[in-house]
Amino acid sequence: MGKSTLQQRVEQANKAGRIARIPFITAGFPTKAEFVGILRELDAHGADVIEVGVPFSDPVADGPVVEAASRVALEQGVTLPWILEQLAGLTPRLKAGVVLMGYYNPFLQHGLERLAADAAKAGVEGFIVPDLPLGEDAPMRAALRAHSIDLIPLVGLNTSEERMREYAATASGYVYVVSVMGTTGGTNSMNATVEDALERVSRVFSVPVALGFGIHSPQQLASLRVKPQAAVFGSALLRHLEAGGTVAEFMKPWVS
Amino acid sequence: MKKGYFGEFGGQFVPELLVPPLRELEEACETIVASSDFQEELGDLLRNFAGRPTPLTRCDNLSRDLGFTLWLKREDLLHTGAHKVNNTLGQALLAKRMGKKNLLAETGAGQHGVATAAAAAKMGLGCTIFMGATDVVRQAPNVARMKLFGATVVPVHSGTSTLKDAINEALRAWIARQDDTLYCFGTAAGPHPFPTLVRNLQSIIGQETKKQAAERMGRLPDAVVACVGGGSNAIGMFYPFASDDAAKGVRLIGIEAGGTGEPGCYNSAPINLGTPGVLHGQHSMLLQDAFGQVQPSHSVSAGLDYPGVGPEHSYFAQVGRVHYRVVYDAEALRAFETLARREGIIPALESSHALAFVLEHREEFTPGSHVVVNLSGRGDKDMGIVAGLLPSLQGDA
Ligand SMILES: Cc1ncc(COP(=O)(O)O)c(C=O)c1O
Repeated sequence: MGKSTLQQRVEQANKAGRIARIPFITAGFPTKAEFVGILRELDAHGADVIEVGVPFSDPVADGPVVEAASRVALEQGVTLPWILEQLAGLTPRLKAGVVLMGYYNPFLQHGLERLAADAAKAGVEGFIVPDLPLGEDAPMRAALRAHSIDLIPLVGLNTSEERMREYAATASGYVYVVSVMGTTGGTNSMNATVEDALERVSRVFSVPVALGFGIHSPQQLASLRVKPQAAVFGSALLRHLEAGGTVAEFMKPWVS
Repeated sequence: MKKGYFGEFGGQFVPELLVPPLRELEEACETIVASSDFQEELGDLLRNFAGRPTPLTRCDNLSRDLGFTLWLKREDLLHTGAHKVNNTLGQALLAKRMGKKNLLAETGAGQHGVATAAAAAKMGLGCTIFMGATDVVRQAPNVARMKLFGATVVPVHSGTSTLKDAINEALRAWIARQDDTLYCFGTAAGPHPFPTLVRNLQSIIGQETKKQAAERMGRLPDAVVACVGGGSNAIGMFYPFASDDAAKGVRLIGIEAGGTGEPGCYNSAPINLGTPGVLHGQHSMLLQDAFGQVQPSHSVSAGLDYPGVGPEHSYFAQVGRVHYRVVYDAEALRAFETLARREGIIPALESSHALAFVLEHREEFTPGSHVVVNLSGRGDKDMGIVAGLLPSLQGDA
């Protein structure tokens, strides 16, 4: 299997001498009307890949910030079909790639084959499903593969090397390393445990490594002995927007 | 069948960070729970701390009216007032033998929280209970009991601030605390291995019932009825019958809570009124909208107020071994009052649903037959709720 578009996007950023930038934004946060505009701004201000959060009523892997954003979106009537429709009109005009991050049930109810076809039409290049670990992922992975869409694996500080090898056997796009033993937005000390995990992941996987959960500034990464190829930041961006900040301001330290 | 599955239902749909502690628990189920040493100590706790075996009570007054013999399996007589303690003692003992220092758990009505806190106190474990902020207010006496047992009660303000959100929060907390803490799941649902572990710990209900039926009826009962929230008291009652070829002829009836039954009102009957979906680590019947968002649930009985159900029940419904029916709030309240007046027993509102089915559908039972209702808990906890709803309790004393 050749390198997927997502993998190439990360590698291009690395070739330019930087860590790939992957902002996360919940679809329809803070308002439905702002969704397309925020995506375009993230694109204009240096995102390599944008993770679009599909809201769910029961987000068990998320901390309070993403959960609240998810609830705001649901209250405004954000649905998966609406998100796909918005993206279909938008992705051809974006430089960045788009990945959908969401819980399994809304995807399952859409129908996995139909989801893969609709996502391909909407220009979606990958999926991240935090409640779909190895062992449960085969049906979705097969449906997505038929449309050359990546299912990005998530691994944590407590994932054994043996299990990482099982993940690596089917991984495409990039591998997402959860940097906290907790939920999104958790506090992160970027300690030796994180470095050890990054080292293990880099050894086991041939796809690039993205680090996420609890990342709010590029300074956090500067001190790491082992660097990831990409960084994902979500809660910090949501908090910034909620406080009235702009995408441009938020992206500035990542771009300079 | 795939490991952790009951037909197409079950599974382990959790963040990868929870896979290691679930694996650890799976292994502990196979090695520790299966050992005779563990079973002996648990048996002692169940007998001498919790009060097992529970009686099988014949309801003579009601039986005369019904034309068949109504029996109650008296889980209401257990320490802490419900079947929940069968499970929490098992998991607390397991936690201790796994070398864990703490339990964490979710609770809705507070029954599982109280049973967990008591087991933790008995076993010398720390205890944190997550409870929806709405339930903390609704079920204040149980919050006080948990605190008295030394537990920390954490109100959960996210989502609908009820049981399903308390489970979300407990799962999140377990990610961070897995090293020294076991999640003591409160019902036969959730990610594998909880549905199997909890079912095995609750199966003592059905095992005792079979033995007592042999002694008292001289045979197996004709029908067995239990209420279904997440499904632990029902699966504990049903499984020893469903897994026994000699008990093929025993009708098994699970009762879901229908809420008010008014059009447009929420209910707690995912097997009858839901569709298959994934929530809280399992694929099972679920109350959800067309886009896969989980619907709020409702029942007058807080312990049945849950939009999902354990996967083995979805399986038993699909293969037809258990029939699942719906009972509404008003019917349960009638049964609550009837049992108190006619038999001198105050049933939990949850258990009242099971009893109500028998009282309201007596024509579905053969005259002269033996019908067992699992009285999963006692109703003292519900006095505050029924006081405002039962006409007989209105007005001057
Ligand atoms: C007395 C009683 N019965 C039944 C239930 C419902 O749970 P389950 O379906 O797991 O037995 C509860 C839950 O709190 C309860 O307290």
